[in-house]
Amino acid sequence: MIEELGTTSEGYMVINIGPQHPATHGVLRLVMTLDGETIIKTEPHLGYIHRSIEKMCESLSYRQFVYVTSRMDYLSSHMNNHGCSLVVEKGLQVEVPERAQVIRVLMDELTRVASHELWWGAMAMDLGAFTPFFHSFRERETITDIMEETCGARLTMNYICPGGVMADLHPDFQKRVKKFVALFKSKFHEYNELVTGNIIFQNRMKGVGILSAENAISYGCTGPVARGSGVSSDIRKLYPYEVYNKLQFDEVLETGCDSFARYMVRINEMLQSIKIIEQLIDQIPEGEFQAKTKAVLKLPKGEFYQRVETARGELGIYIVSEGGTTPYRIKFRSPGFSNLSALPHLVKGSKIGDLVATMGTLDLVIPDIDR
Amino acid sequence: MLSLENITNTIHEWLNATFNPTLALLSEFVLIGICAIALFAMLGLSLVLMERKVAAYMQLRLGPNRVGPFGIFQTVADTLKLMMKEGLTPDGADKFLFNLAPFVVMIAAMMLLAPIAFARGFQIWDINIGVLFLSAVSSVSVIGILMAGWASNNKYSFLGAMRSGAQIVSYELSAGLSIITIVILTGSLQISDIVNSQENGWWIFKGHIPIVISFITFLIAITAETNRAPFDLPEAESELTAGFHTEYSGMKFALFFLSEYINIFIACALGATLFFGGWMPFHIGHWEAFNQIMDYIPSSVWFMGKTFFLIFLLMWFRWTFPRLRVDQLLSLEWKYLLPISMINLLVVTVMAIMGWHF
Amino acid sequence: MNNEDLKNKITELFPTATFEEGGEWVNIFIDPAQWKTIAERLRTTNELAFDYLFCLTCVDWKTHFTMVYHLSSTIHRHALVLKIKLERSNPEVETVCDLWRTAELHEREVYDLFGVTFLNHPDLRRLFLTDDFIGYPLRKDFEDPINMIKL
Repeated sequence: MIEELGTTSEGYMVINIGPQHPATHGVLRLVMTLDGETIIKTEPHLGYIHRSIEKMCESLSYRQFVYVTSRMDYLSSHMNNHGCSLVVEKGLQVEVPERAQVIRVLMDELTRVASHELWWGAMAMDLGAFTPFFHSFRERETITDIMEETCGARLTMNYICPGGVMADLHPDFQKRVKKFVALFKSKFHEYNELVTGNIIFQNRMKGVGILSAENAISYGCTGPVARGSGVSSDIRKLYPYEVYNKLQFDEVLETGCDSFARYMVRINEMLQSIKIIEQLIDQIPEGEFQAKTKAVLKLPKGEFYQRVETARGELGIYIVSEGGTTPYRIKFRSPGFSNLSALPHLVKGSKIGDLVATMGTLDLVIPDIDR
Repeated sequence: MLSLENITNTIHEWLNATFNPTLALLSEFVLIGICAIALFAMLGLSLVLMERKVAAYMQLRLGPNRVGPFGIFQTVADTLKLMMKEGLTPDGADKFLFNLAPFVVMIAAMMLLAPIAFARGFQIWDINIGVLFLSAVSSVSVIGILMAGWASNNKYSFLGAMRSGAQIVSYELSAGLSIITIVILTGSLQISDIVNSQENGWWIFKGHIPIVISFITFLIAITAETNRAPFDLPEAESELTAGFHTEYSGMKFALFFLSEYINIFIACALGATLFFGGWMPFHIGHWEAFNQIMDYIPSSVWFMGKTFFLIFLLMWFRWTFPRLRVDQLLSLEWKYLLPISMINLLVVTVMAIMGWHF
Repeated sequence: MNNEDLKNKITELFPTATFEEGGEWVNIFIDPAQWKTIAERLRTTNELAFDYLFCLTCVDWKTHFTMVYHLSSTIHRHALVLKIKLERSNPEVETVCDLWRTAELHEREVYDLFGVTFLNHPDLRRLFLTDDFIGYPLRKDFEDPINMIKL
């Protein structure tokens, strides 16, 4: 055990990174043992924003609990809602109308782009470059505007519900999305010019935070973190849900295993998401946006598991039902929690500056870890 | 003609005619002190505003635009706010050193002002070792930074101060070596001599590629010495929260903040003096007509223009580049910049002996 | 390997395991005493190669606890759900964080919220809650009159 503050018996310095620290993007606390600038040991201390969503959900009905999950990973709230809706639909065996499916996928992909945009800006800021943040927010604003118009909210949208989506698309939706796609494509080269190609940036990222494929699997890393180590883990490809199996897109894989590989995965994933949006935006089928469901949902007795690909990786929702109107037990397997567990391994022996670069590419969202 | 030189001479003559020489000298000291402090305040205000406007321009936003026209009084308002704030001293801090540190940094920055030539004949102290004085005194501020980091009794401050020490000591070398190239060409350490030697062209044009190399080295070194991004490791916001001034607040923080900008100004003024001729207008060899036209622009405008151009360059760096890691920072200096500047110094020496420059 | 083959293979390897019908994956119940050996076999047997533990949790059934392990293989892409019944009075089970390193934090989470003790865990402390917190919130009999609102 190390002392809370001060030095260890070996004379190493113990320092608290967080819970209030610019690089942790929230209330994550890392207790680090340092030898000068070199990291000997990292210990995450969690729970500063733990709301026990799992316990809360046990007393909420199957319609209500979906909305609490927007607050877990607030940057991919559509995907969280999507997963919860899917697991309820799986239990009820409801067929979702095609229009709703396409709308859901469109929203997911827009959210993914928005989330990666924010990550890109925030990560560049962690490395000391402030300007990219504003460049990425220029595009992200457009997405949040689209969300606001259709869903009524900019961050925690609560738009996808069991059976379909809450409301039909705004009449301007297609026009706006097309405008966004054009804007994104015209500005995307700036990302590479400003950050990716920068020599300082590459030196900071390459060879930092090495996560081998074997360790990535063992630590349960998913999403861009695993794909940066060459582990195929895209739920959209492996276990397709909704209309993903009809779409043309690639799973982005990098084999660098370092921070730069994870960075490139996310950068290229934005392009893949744009590709999906382009395929779907002109082909939103007509019809109902919501399936007919009962007012009070009751899942049959049993266990249901559904995984979706959020912007951070694999979100698993495990529901144990006793046949009532509320879940008996619900477990969210959040991607950030598993990705975080790899952090102490990743930063061991590197410098404090590397910690920031590594943590940036893990893309941690603290409410997602603490739940 | 109304020039700064005439004004100072008139004041000097009037004081000497009215009072006895000792009293005249004393009153000149007081006048210079008042002018220096006024200049500092003006520089602080204008540079902070400039930084924010430049940053805003690079970041697709407007920057301060509420207080006064185009937000020009924003920094005045900020200064007032900082003055009103309570200057906290942490319980665990070494109170004497903690309170002394900002003044050490500030005084070091103020002393640097002495040998800078602002315009033709407008200079506080034309000391014969001007350049040496500048590079020597500019290193004093690191003592203040170390003092601040140590006395704060905060690990972030301490790490920041240690980084700052390593950084300034390292980059002092290549800054010094690139200054020496100009000294070799000029044959003098005096600022006025260096400026006068550029009457027929600035060294950056006269000195061929070696001087361009030494200018680039100098630019990198002063960016590092003034703790600016991409070398802002001592106060790396995302790593060490605010580095050595984490614990400072109110006016003590403002002194650190101000001295950073003063240091930038002095460093850029030195760069302008050495490589761009200081207050010397843009002259080309023996093109008398062209040179005379250039002389119509006041020398103070030339000096300020060059200095602010260099400051703009530093700001451009800051808002473009990510930060280096601490080991990369040191290897950049010791593995690349130092060998390059040493070889460059040799080349310039050969050039000076053979008279190959213009 | 599809579910049928998986079932046969598991019966062959672990004759004591009992199957539970329902769900999209194969559900098996095993004895807590055997858990560690079974886990090692599952991890290392080439045909199974369960290298990815994608969910680890616990369910409070009021009379007993059930540890639920969701395992998957990144090579064969098959999945398996393992369940272990634990006594409610003294829930204890072997740790698997040496086989699947993600289990380290997940087990700490379960320890924190359910009070299940993981034997031989390297660093078994509360994860989310403070060290002096009394009780295990995700147990069904947990009561907190101040902060919990009964619906």
